[in-house]
Amino acid sequence: MTDKPDEKAAGKAADESDDKTDNNEAARPAEERNLEKAKSGTGTGSGVEQPAPEQSPENVPAPTGEVRAVGERRGMFGVTGTGDTSGYGGLVSATVFPAPSAKPYGGWFDEVAGALEARLEATELTSAIESVVVHRGEITFHVRREDLPFVAQMLRDDEALRFEFCAGVSGVHYPDDTGRELHAVYHLASMTHNRRIRVEVSAPDSDPHVPSLVSIYPTLDWHERETYDMFGLIFDGHPALTRVLMPDDWPGHPQRKDYPLGGIPVEYKGGSIPPPDQRRSYN
Amino acid sequence: MTTEQDFYAAPGETSQGRVFTVTGQDWDSVTQSIGESAEERVVVNMGPQHPSTHGVLRLILELEGETVTEARCGIGYLHTGIEKNMEYRSWVQGTTFCTRMDYLSPFYNEATYVLGVERLLDIEDDIPEKAQVMRVLLMELNRMSSHLVAIATGGMEIGALTVMTIGFRERELVLDLFELITGLRMNHAFIRPGGVAQDLPPGALDEIRDFIALMKKRLPEYAALCNANPIFKGRLEGVGHLDLAGCMALGLTGPVLRSTGYAWDLRKTQPYCGYEDYDFEVQTWDTADSYGRFRIRLNEMWESLKIVEQCADRLAGLEGAPVMVGDKKIAWPSQLAIGSDGMGNSLDHIRHIMGESMEALIHHFKLVTEGFRVPTGQAYVPIESPRGELGAHVVSDGGTRPFRAHFRDPSFTNLQATSVMAEGGMVADVIVAIASIDPVMGGVDR
Repeated sequence: MTDKPDEKAAGKAADESDDKTDNNEAARPAEERNLEKAKSGTGTGSGVEQPAPEQSPENVPAPTGEVRAVGERRGMFGVTGTGDTSGYGGLVSATVFPAPSAKPYGGWFDEVAGALEARLEATELTSAIESVVVHRGEITFHVRREDLPFVAQMLRDDEALRFEFCAGVSGVHYPDDTGRELHAVYHLASMTHNRRIRVEVSAPDSDPHVPSLVSIYPTLDWHERETYDMFGLIFDGHPALTRVLMPDDWPGHPQRKDYPLGGIPVEYKGGSIPPPDQRRSYN
Repeated sequence: MTTEQDFYAAPGETSQGRVFTVTGQDWDSVTQSIGESAEERVVVNMGPQHPSTHGVLRLILELEGETVTEARCGIGYLHTGIEKNMEYRSWVQGTTFCTRMDYLSPFYNEATYVLGVERLLDIEDDIPEKAQVMRVLLMELNRMSSHLVAIATGGMEIGALTVMTIGFRERELVLDLFELITGLRMNHAFIRPGGVAQDLPPGALDEIRDFIALMKKRLPEYAALCNANPIFKGRLEGVGHLDLAGCMALGLTGPVLRSTGYAWDLRKTQPYCGYEDYDFEVQTWDTADSYGRFRIRLNEMWESLKIVEQCADRLAGLEGAPVMVGDKKIAWPSQLAIGSDGMGNSLDHIRHIMGESMEALIHHFKLVTEGFRVPTGQAYVPIESPRGELGAHVVSDGGTRPFRAHFRDPSFTNLQATSVMAEGGMVADVIVAIASIDPVMGGVDR
């Protein structure tokens, strides 16, 4: 995994994706260049609380020097090859997830983030946290995957943090988020302080390894097995990483986006309806 | 080597006089260990089809005599790919899928998913009061029906068949209420993003009041049958022990966690759907065993009954209030009505869109076929299901379908405690320990 620079500062930008009528592929790299330029101007400063006036969703700051657009949506009806002449087939909009937030995060978020940072600084692991996203009243810490066990240990053991309850890990597959395709999302709760946070790590498809947290949260045993089963994420250090829901000899990992849903056409009174993943649909 | 006595002679054979046998080296200990363990230790495959394993749960037990030395679970027999299927349907259709996961507590599956979607839509504060009260009403009725099944099947598994019959008898009353309110006994898809699918039907409040009155008479029957029953207590007390540290490490929640004496109930600690407005107590027990979990379930039914009563009182004052968010871009356009042939589309609505307003027809068509878009982001709103913390991790990429919906089902997590609860105990107690977890395989395997 490449060493990614840490970046904390970022504006609270709008999370809507923008509609672009330009579907020219050649325009994409230029757009990304602009994005990086915009970031180097605003992203690494001391932290802007309000978004810059010209900060459209197009130049949402990204925490890792990459474009945080994790995909794009084309057209209006989600179908290709059907001769869609409505003119809407050319619509391209980027999928942009909520941008990293700048301090202060508000309320107890700052206490947790402060306590975590203080502990990380004491151990010279300041770059363990890639970014912090506050969205809809929930806080997400994006953690560098090699530092995950260390961060989790501190989150559990530090008295100011004390996230003693882990609700589990949930995998998410972003096939277009190059280099960070597979995400593992942990939901932690502190029963002592009655707080909830989310910890997210990512791994590239080419190297789908994430350190296991079973030694810290034994409850993750089956959860990590399920995530491996469904996404192919390999949790290094898990005592027995085998499939848990699918049969042992099942090929592939079903919840990945490149794994087809499957299904057969439904026929009824002479009509035939294609399986759900092949139906005409909106996106 | 010779001895004067043949130890291996069968009864009736000559064992006196000069006999020849082979000894020396460590063969004695080898044969001894064979005699002790290999004959006694058996691996028993229990399930996946076994009446007392709560659905298609497979247990692999290593027994030494009647003592369990190792217990492992095999799950996945009911995996139906609900989470994957949800990624191919609209946000509203998602409730139709997730309601089928934990089939004993369908409203909780719907509620946690819908609360996540509403958080992403940022309409959490816009949900009408009546919708919130109806959600609480249905969830608490559902808690009773789920606990009734837990007690009924738990009783059946230890031979208390009367507990089973009366448990299902009362559950049927709850299902009748569900049928009256939602049209279905199970798989309701009634709690929708923005509110609930439909208003209370006429006469529902009276039925609910009758039910409350009846349950107040019938719930004591369980206590009379079981609470001090020596056989019942003999089977349950001290079985499936798991203390607070074990619960915390293994992530157990719900009655199992509360049986250690820790009053962790999300309805109190992190209220949702307006639970902070209701008067009820979190039930705990301090024995950390199966008996404590049974008593907690019994007591929680009383608390649920209290909440249902308060809901009925509040609903009486909310006649005619909206049950769906005012935003017409989210609220489901069509309404249902009782016709001569049963429940169906409201004829008034059909007349309106087909005969009066082209725009209404377009709106209806767009919202039903295309659905609404949910802003990008992720949300996790856990709720207290009858089995513990149930949460849906909902991820949206800004489209009309969930990008990912993952359910943290309490049955899945709690079942991990099987080994800890069963190992070292008797094989008959495995059944009791699992019944005290009350796993529902539909939720475990999803």
